[in-house]
Amino acid sequence: MLEIPADILESIIAHARQDHPDEACGIVAGPAATGRAERFISMINAARSPTFYEFDSLDLLRLYRELDDRDEVPVVIYHSHTATEAYPSRTDISFASEPGAHYLLVSTRDCGNDEGPVEVRSYRIIDGEVTEEPVEVIGAA
Amino acid sequence: MAIEVRIPTILRTYTDGEKAVPGAGVTLGDLITDLEVRHPGLRERLVDDAGLRRFVNVYLDDEDVRFLGGLETPLPESAVVTILPAVAGG
Repeated sequence: MLEIPADILESIIAHARQDHPDEACGIVAGPAATGRAERFISMINAARSPTFYEFDSLDLLRLYRELDDRDEVPVVIYHSHTATEAYPSRTDISFASEPGAHYLLVSTRDCGNDEGPVEVRSYRIIDGEVTEEPVEVIGAA
Repeated sequence: MAIEVRIPTILRTYTDGEKAVPGAGVTLGDLITDLEVRHPGLRERLVDDAGLRRFVNVYLDDEDVRFLGGLETPLPESAVVTILPAVAGG
């Protein structure tokens, strides 16, 4: 199960709406000790593509050094799908390299840049196996 | 020669769980060959027929080795080489 604070989830969805039709991406960091999703960090999609995302390599280095300094881990790795469902693609599965992370997918295919329905689902991706998990929003208004 | 190589979580199966291991080499390619001796299987995760794998990022201190010479990147006496798999997908 993924527990995620409501305001962080809102930030993720807003990022996805804003970057549509390109895929949006980022992480939510949290303490290594607890694994709680606490700190929203949006990232630039260096690929700027409606079908692919990639963190810029130097952004990635800076990010991981910062996580290390703060004793944090990437609890959630999120990205959006802009024309397909919020389910991990074959590419998503083959590139998933953080076995401890929750892979959160947002689909903006129905809303585009506007306020409209958005699909949000979360998964564990470990050794090529995808397992969907429920998303529990904490502190919803 | 003292190169510290920082290993990402997903590759620690090759290093008995260690997140940093020592290595030596005049170039990055030599270093990877050296690492393979003590951590068999690691090389194939980093290198393919074309050189360094596209979606594995390798840094020499603060720089991405793609901009320094890839596998031919010369290594100083002492440095930190960091390996981070790309965070990417489609």
